Amino acid sequence: MSSEKNELKGVTGWIDKRLPVFTFINHNLRDYPTPKNLSYFWNFGSLAGVTLVIMIVTGILLAMQYTANADLAFDSVERIMRDVNNGWLLRYIHMNGASMFFIVVYIHIFRGLYYGSFKAPREILWILGVLILLLMMATAFMGYVLPWGQMSFWGATVITNLFSAFPVIGDYIVTFLWGGFSVDNPTLTRFFVLHYLMPFLIVGVVGLHIVALHQFGSNNPLGIDVKSEGDTIPFHPYYTVKDYFGLGVFLIIFFGLVFFAPNFLGHPDNYIPADPLVTPAHIVPEWYFLPFYAILRAVPDKLMGVILMFAAVMVLFVLPWLDTHKTRSAQFRPYYKQFFWLFFINCLILGWVGSMPAEGLYVLISRLATGYYFLFFLVILPILSRYENTRTIPTSIAASVLSDKFGNEKTSTENI
Amino acid sequence: MRLLIKICLIICLSSFFKINVSAGEKADLIKQNWPFDGFFGRFDQSSIQRGFQVYREVCAGCHGIKYIAYRDLANVGFTTDEIKSIASEYEILDGPNDEGEMFDRLAKPSDKFVGPYLNDKEARVANNGAYPPDLSLITKARAGGADYLYNLLNGYKDPPENLEISDGMYFNTIYPGNQIAMPMPIVDEIVEYEDETPATQDQIIRDVTSFLVWTAEPELEERKVLGIRVLIFLIIITLMLLAVKRKVWKDVE
Repeated sequence: MSSEKNELKGVTGWIDKRLPVFTFINHNLRDYPTPKNLSYFWNFGSLAGVTLVIMIVTGILLAMQYTANADLAFDSVERIMRDVNNGWLLRYIHMNGASMFFIVVYIHIFRGLYYGSFKAPREILWILGVLILLLMMATAFMGYVLPWGQMSFWGATVITNLFSAFPVIGDYIVTFLWGGFSVDNPTLTRFFVLHYLMPFLIVGVVGLHIVALHQFGSNNPLGIDVKSEGDTIPFHPYYTVKDYFGLGVFLIIFFGLVFFAPNFLGHPDNYIPADPLVTPAHIVPEWYFLPFYAILRAVPDKLMGVILMFAAVMVLFVLPWLDTHKTRSAQFRPYYKQFFWLFFINCLILGWVGSMPAEGLYVLISRLATGYYFLFFLVILPILSRYENTRTIPTSIAASVLSDKFGNEKTSTENI
Repeated sequence: MRLLIKICLIICLSSFFKINVSAGEKADLIKQNWPFDGFFGRFDQSSIQRGFQVYREVCAGCHGIKYIAYRDLANVGFTTDEIKSIASEYEILDGPNDEGEMFDRLAKPSDKFVGPYLNDKEARVANNGAYPPDLSLITKARAGGADYLYNLLNGYKDPPENLEISDGMYFNTIYPGNQIAMPMPIVDEIVEYEDETPATQDQIIRDVTSFLVWTAEPELEERKVLGIRVLIFLIIITLMLLAVKRKVWKDVE
């Protein structure tokens, strides 16, 4: 039963009766009731969506010029940079877009963690999100191999070799991944095909992610359910304009990198053509994999390292059942809040030691940081779920806005 | 508490980037002011032209620039006739012709620069087993970029007494491991500039570095010009969106 206001007439009405696209858009992008207290941290979902589109469009255009062949790949990338009209722009957008995509998605994930967006009834929404992260990681890894520079080649060698740690089947898996007995042309061609395929799988999962989101609507900084119409505002124009503004700020940073420091986040060795006979002094993955790389190297045993590295992502899948505290938002959980920030800093530390050689003090730091990473999920969260007392939670979003105003006035007079 | 967390974060982030950068460049590089640095960076064409002369007379004996075509020189101020005559100094193997035979011909402006060696193996044999890398991308392929190259070429010093230098190697303060197979290539007056710029070692090194930054990033000027326009556009439209956002949200409470 749609209200009379939304009754469509004429051609749109005729089409909508047969294929309800306009009703769908209206329902999901216009009238869609959204909590009115969302902060700018809620911009990052739509930013990730926009980045995905940018990556797919530039990627398709690049694929028209790229040659997936071990002897030609590096030269074809240089041809894009030099001879293809605006090829340098496309490639630098695609290259830096990968980094921006991970920045946005990581902030999106930390936001979900802080405000308890993974809790009931949004568990499946969260799991789909972790699945997107996994697909993104695979896609980014294989994309980095395509220019066939030194880091491409040796990064691919190190990471695919990890699978050899598994007993009995390990060597078969590695040979299967490589399509031969070393990283070579068959590896490059299959990575190219999968790199082209996987973004479309991501699009599919993103679709499901949005369906799951719109089932219960967005979480919000207070972490309390929407109680009445007074708690919400329609998505358009309020959140469309807020998302556009956020997109503007995002693009300023993104294109600042593309035009003025396009290789800042990359590694110089990847401008040296791949050479199986020369190993680079330090093989480091792209920055967004560094925390996981640090966990991998923290363990002296190869198999355990590999298992822990995968577990570091997999643990996110079961997060809704590790943190079962009824209160969602960290704002009302004094202890969780502190452990969360410690966890955040710990992730930065992991990223930092991941970029360092695995020796001396760095090994110790990476072990401590790895320890806290898992301690946070497997011990601290279950314990807090049971014993943590929360601060007084407002009864509704509307009530909180009003009392907050009142509270602010009070504190400001106290300050004087 | 919140302030404390913020301070911690800022310290962590800043040290993260600082350490990351310093890890890339092992030896301390003396930073230079390059005309192509910064938001408004532009190439100095006369310096690049002199650098090309240095490349041809000094570097080209061992190093190629295979991603550059002769006609690309038009972008740094060479005329069509000059480019034709430069190209015609090189011979290129082409074919097969209608009789099925390979033949040598003079290079055309559309050909890429002909390298000094036929293949990697020949390059190694001629250089005591060391491989002189192609220089097209050299400033992008080394941490520190132009500064690295400038410091490396200036980095030839007398070795410390306790250091034993292997046969056919030279001491260099910047090169990783301090032993480089390339003898000191650039000294005062090794080229004679046509525009009467004094050919000091420092000047020659600056010119050839500028030239190699251009070969690595020929799009640099176009990129920065377009970048300024894009950023101005984005900043204006973002400010406008902020105003619209404020207006739309005015009544929400």
